[in-house]
Amino acid sequence: MNREISKQLQQQVLAAIQRAQPLQIVGSGSKKFLGHLCDATPLEVSGHRGIVSYDPVELVVTARAGTPLRELEQTLADAGQILPFEPPCFGPDATLGGTIACGLSGPGRPFAGSARDYVLGVKVINGRGEILNFGGQVMKNVAGYDCSRLMVGAMGTLGVILEVSLKVLPKQAAEVTLINKVSLPQALKAMNHWSGQSLPLSAACYDGEQSYLRLSGAKSAVESARQLIGGEQHGDSNAFWQAVKEHQQPFFQSSLPLWRLSLPAHTPALNLPGAWFIDWCGAQRWLLTECSAETVREQALAAGGHATLFRGGNRNIDTFQPPAAGVMQLHRHLKQAFDPDGLLNPERLYPGL
Amino acid sequence: MGDEPLDKTDHGTTPIREPAVAKVTIDKAALLVRLREIVTPDALLFDEEALRPYECDALSAYRRLPMIVVLPSTIEAVQAIMRLCYQHNVPVIARGAGTGLSGGATPVGNGVVLSLARFMSILNIDPEARTAVVQPGVRNLAISQAVAQHRLYYAPDPSSQIACTIGGNVAENSGGVHCLKYGLTVHNVRKVKIVTMDGELITLGSDALDSSGYDLLALINGSEGMLGIVVEVTVKLTPIPERAQVVLAAFDDVEKAGVAVGEVIAAGIIPGGLEMMDKLAIQAAEAFAQVGYPTDAEAILLCELDGTNEEVSEQILIVRDTMQQCGATEVRTARDEAEREAFWKGRKAAFPAVGRLAPDYYCMDGTIPRKHLPYILRRMGELSVEYDLRVANVFHAGDGNLHPLILYDANVPGELERTEAFGGKILELCIEVGGSITGEHGVGIEKLTQMHLQFGNEELVQFHAVKHAFDPKALLNPGKAVPTPKRCSEYRQLPTQDKECLSDHGDKQA
Repeated sequence: MNREISKQLQQQVLAAIQRAQPLQIVGSGSKKFLGHLCDATPLEVSGHRGIVSYDPVELVVTARAGTPLRELEQTLADAGQILPFEPPCFGPDATLGGTIACGLSGPGRPFAGSARDYVLGVKVINGRGEILNFGGQVMKNVAGYDCSRLMVGAMGTLGVILEVSLKVLPKQAAEVTLINKVSLPQALKAMNHWSGQSLPLSAACYDGEQSYLRLSGAKSAVESARQLIGGEQHGDSNAFWQAVKEHQQPFFQSSLPLWRLSLPAHTPALNLPGAWFIDWCGAQRWLLTECSAETVREQALAAGGHATLFRGGNRNIDTFQPPAAGVMQLHRHLKQAFDPDGLLNPERLYPGL
Repeated sequence: MGDEPLDKTDHGTTPIREPAVAKVTIDKAALLVRLREIVTPDALLFDEEALRPYECDALSAYRRLPMIVVLPSTIEAVQAIMRLCYQHNVPVIARGAGTGLSGGATPVGNGVVLSLARFMSILNIDPEARTAVVQPGVRNLAISQAVAQHRLYYAPDPSSQIACTIGGNVAENSGGVHCLKYGLTVHNVRKVKIVTMDGELITLGSDALDSSGYDLLALINGSEGMLGIVVEVTVKLTPIPERAQVVLAAFDDVEKAGVAVGEVIAAGIIPGGLEMMDKLAIQAAEAFAQVGYPTDAEAILLCELDGTNEEVSEQILIVRDTMQQCGATEVRTARDEAEREAFWKGRKAAFPAVGRLAPDYYCMDGTIPRKHLPYILRRMGELSVEYDLRVANVFHAGDGNLHPLILYDANVPGELERTEAFGGKILELCIEVGGSITGEHGVGIEKLTQMHLQFGNEELVQFHAVKHAFDPKALLNPGKAVPTPKRCSEYRQLPTQDKECLSDHGDKQA
């Protein structure tokens, strides 16, 4: 199934430039719901797939953008390693390229770091149809501007991702999840308190009734932290966090608009009507609400964060919160720098970009 | 003045934005008059004697006096200075503590050095959020000292951490000995306020874990003062591990030590620090610090394990075992905190210790995939003979970051040039095995030539376009970090290093 079609993709981009024809970059379509609908000619990248290099001892894997995330994670698992940012798939065939372009990270994010933290290098096609290599396959590399991490979360608006190099880590030996029945303020307090200690904490969420704290590490370390924190032990820790990551919890089975609020972790409960699911120690809060975008964003902004209309609702508004004017201007200049004709995923991130 | 003529590259398709060499529209006297309206007289340096300390950073072979040094104390003053310089096309070079090793803060003769030395306050420490808001002139180590009472610290620890400032750390994306486990500056900074060349104050990142839109925070880290002036930094703080313990292993063969590094990681362990020193570095460090290093060893590894008490105990046994299986001639575990500090003291003193072996030394910085270490060390040994210069090796082995120290005597005619040529060869080796020409010191003016080895014309053009997005007049730290693509084709025709490239930016003092 491994195929290298970068030249073919480059030809398609060059042809689109010739015809001034905008392109929508398509992987498996698993995250099609995210951002603005982008009505343009599809550029199919899922055929460009396969692991290019992987040497577990180097803790680095390089794979083509169309490589299915599950296939990649299976290869790592066979060598006892993981993608520590635990990217959600949101679909059976999610690709590596889409994962990096969307920049989403799973429950481990507050402790292990985010998708961009693990990106070491990328190969992209920019809006001039050039194939460019940024970063590399080494842990430390400060030559040139960090255009690799800039691609993470850019929703394909700065380049067509062809290849990604990621830092990987060994899977922890032991894992336990502890459940405690607490109020939201108690949960936020406890999660942030334990995060500040030297403990093998690796995830923390709150479903409205109970807090769930995951411990991962050496067996003995997990055991002693379990005794310190206390609580009922979850019967299937792995399945629970998998469901949180993939939005398969009952909370997410709703037709109401789903908002993602990214906030300072210890922000007290916000005064917005709706149902909440708190993840990332309080730094990522999911909200089901009919509230207006203005209301949600006003509160998120006041708390020092931002809000994304993640799924459903009125997709004609800015689904991602527009940044401050000065930052938005830099966005436009950067878009111009990478994609002067505005052909790559136009409007997917922000209108006019 | 600021209009960019569009040029064509040699392959004919890509428009290059050549930075317009904007003509400075103000003379020194008039600029001083205007600057006096912004800052107090003590914040302006302009005569030769006062400017002298600013003529170079830690790449001291290259020096040039700036026109003026200005030391503002407020963000408003920085904005006013930037607006003034923008208006009159005056180049601006930001400067922290001047500890940079790649010449990133080397002045330009018609430019202003903007020192952030007076931004020395820690503005806020939030133990609950585990963040600190600091001004750019705060020293790296001072942050850890200020938050130690909360059992927290700031993880990146470049070897200059006693002196270097957090603003400079952001500019260089500084590393240190704990990067494999705790990351670089980019992984430990939440929010940065910058002033752009036209004087606008902009916030990148946020107090949350991410921000909407492009990751400009990642972009500003390691941008070498080319995109904006860092005026405030919110850093992430890390809980001090309950326990840290270090294992010292000695080897009679460098290759065995290299294999041991891989085996530790293959055992599923990510050490807090994993350092290697070769024989010359060991002997120099021992002579200098007397910490009990085995001076007959060809290489030693220092492997620090940190975390909870239980996991450190578990891991020490595994690491000791692994080292022995890899043929270590001796494995020691520090018995107490004093011995742990002694083990590290030798490593931390390695640079000055090696410095005692010769009148001068040149500290290189490159990264490689770890598996190529034996090959690189072998080739470096051959080059050492070829160039007739001794080289000591200190290596952040865990993350593949080499720091060869080339010993030379600048008073011997031609020796500096030979040293630089040797250094250039080492960087070529790094690229040959798929590594990078700089892991943590930056490109500055030092490695402009080697940028052509790591990147093609199209990437360099893209970097210039990124620069243009922030600084269309190309006034911020001009001539650093990214060579003009033109030089690329010149370089490829040259058999050896293109020295012209460096002399464009500073006057060499041998």
